[in-house]
Amino acid sequence: MRTIKRKSVRTAHPAETALLNARNLAVSIGGKQVVRGLNLALQPGDRLVLLGRNGVGKTTLLHTLAGLRAPDSGEIELSGQTYAALGPRRAAQLRGLLPQHQGDAFAASVLETVLIGRHPHLSRWDWESTADEHLAREALAAVGLAELAARSIHTLSGGERQRVALATLLVQAPKLYLLDEPLAHLDLNHQIAVLELASRRAREGNAALAMVLHDVNLAAHFSDQALLLHGEGEHELGASAAVLDAARLSRLYGHPLREIRDETRRWFVPVMPK
Amino acid sequence: MTFAATRRRALFVLALLAVAAAASLLLSLAVGSLALTPGEVWAALFGADENMAREVVRGLRLPRALAAFACGGLLALAGALMQVLLRNPLADPYVLGISGGASVGVLAAMLLGASAGFGLEAAAFVGALAAMWLVFGLARGDGSWTQTRLLLTGVIVSAGCGAAVALMLSLAPDQQLRGMLFWLMGDASQAGEPLPALFILAAGLLVAMFYARELNLLTRGPLLAATLGANVGRLRLVLYFLASLLTAAAVTSVGSVGFVGLVVPHLVRLALGNDQRLLLPAATLAGGALLTLADTLARSVIAPQQLPVGVLTALIGVPVFLFLLARSPRLEHA
Repeated sequence: MRTIKRKSVRTAHPAETALLNARNLAVSIGGKQVVRGLNLALQPGDRLVLLGRNGVGKTTLLHTLAGLRAPDSGEIELSGQTYAALGPRRAAQLRGLLPQHQGDAFAASVLETVLIGRHPHLSRWDWESTADEHLAREALAAVGLAELAARSIHTLSGGERQRVALATLLVQAPKLYLLDEPLAHLDLNHQIAVLELASRRAREGNAALAMVLHDVNLAAHFSDQALLLHGEGEHELGASAAVLDAARLSRLYGHPLREIRDETRRWFVPVMPK
Repeated sequence: MTFAATRRRALFVLALLAVAAAASLLLSLAVGSLALTPGEVWAALFGADENMAREVVRGLRLPRALAAFACGGLLALAGALMQVLLRNPLADPYVLGISGGASVGVLAAMLLGASAGFGLEAAAFVGALAAMWLVFGLARGDGSWTQTRLLLTGVIVSAGCGAAVALMLSLAPDQQLRGMLFWLMGDASQAGEPLPALFILAAGLLVAMFYARELNLLTRGPLLAATLGANVGRLRLVLYFLASLLTAAAVTSVGSVGFVGLVVPHLVRLALGNDQRLLLPAATLAGGALLTLADTLARSVIAPQQLPVGVLTALIGVPVFLFLLARSPRLEHA
């Protein structure tokens, strides 16, 4: 387990005020170790990307960080408090998760679906106000679906449904955004737009992002920190600029990657079979 | 349409249903071998003079109408809750074996010589609770509590009860068969005191409304519900026991009336959408009104002969449902 030193600017924050603070975390699922001894702190504005092969436990780790399943050992604190101390409602005001799958057993309009995100901000007998509806319409506009507000979610395409889920999360307006494959089903232009939107939330809204991505180039561009899950509990965590290199990524995916550079940027491309 | 306008429409539909429910009760008090005008019904209900109308309305028709209303409301509410619990719009209150358990209890009691009245109700309730605990215990066996496991357990327990019912029917002496069949199809004529069922209905609706917005979350899946702050484990327990108790109360008073619990929530959903805060009270009112109407027909269409009300709910409901389904602008209720 190698942990690469993070930029000094970030370590200047005392750990107690971190949005998310995981200490000595061990997570496993079905007898398989996902991480062991993970120490992770996310400050407002931080963007973390989780990379790893299929089935390595990225979603499991994200759910653990979201407080939805218990770690084997270690502690997780959200704004300095454990999930148990926060309770589900307060936790839902602070952290939001974009799930990998959207469950739509029943029909509902796009607007209704997005308004669900206001739940943690309403008290028990409250109904959504016009202000909430306004927020929902803004979120829909932000993901480019303003004109679909009245449509049934069952009539949407996969990519549109994914953006509705993202709008629901925007309406929830948490401080910590946990995104499980936010780019699934999205076209290239929407992939960039979604990552820019999320980055803007982190920058301007003092939020933190932790996201599972599959595109290493988007990951390199849109993250400050990277957590590589190698399997069997082994992980590497550090500044994206340092951790993401051709050697590590080749090992991570079990396929050779080459790095291509120009003056300002670098790209990783898989070596194609002959 | 803005969200506020949608909600205004929904509240309007809710008000309409309340009027329909009141009208159905009034109709059931007026219709019968002694036909009464609304004014006469009013006088019989609240007037002071002792007469025949008063006897018929307050002694016979009112308890029966209220029992039918309560049972319809209970079944529709339980059905709506089961559909959320199992996240399946095709679930009904009987899918988890509650009515099967009640039927086994009642038929066993009949075979042992119990006739109408308290003995049968007790047997139905005990049978329903036994099935509820059996399914609960089996589905939770290893601590997991998934929809699929719950549904499968319920279906299997139901099937087992069905076999036991068939066995008892085949063993029953001829003179008991008719009573048994009527009970199985649902029959309000044997309903006892309606107040307990009405009370359970009101209390159940209140509890359901308390959790209504969390139920909305649960329809989107347990994971999303949990991230948005619902305690999913506790919510499912509440749902399971609430829906089961409501169903047990309904089958105890009127028997296993089919169709209401499946189709009324569906009809209401077509008209109002899926917001449980509107759907639950609307389904309760609509279910109550439907069963009251059906029971009124059941006792008056070929009077003095009575039909089992469960047959009529199906005869009324199936065409209405198919009609609505065919002309609903497919899932477009924004």
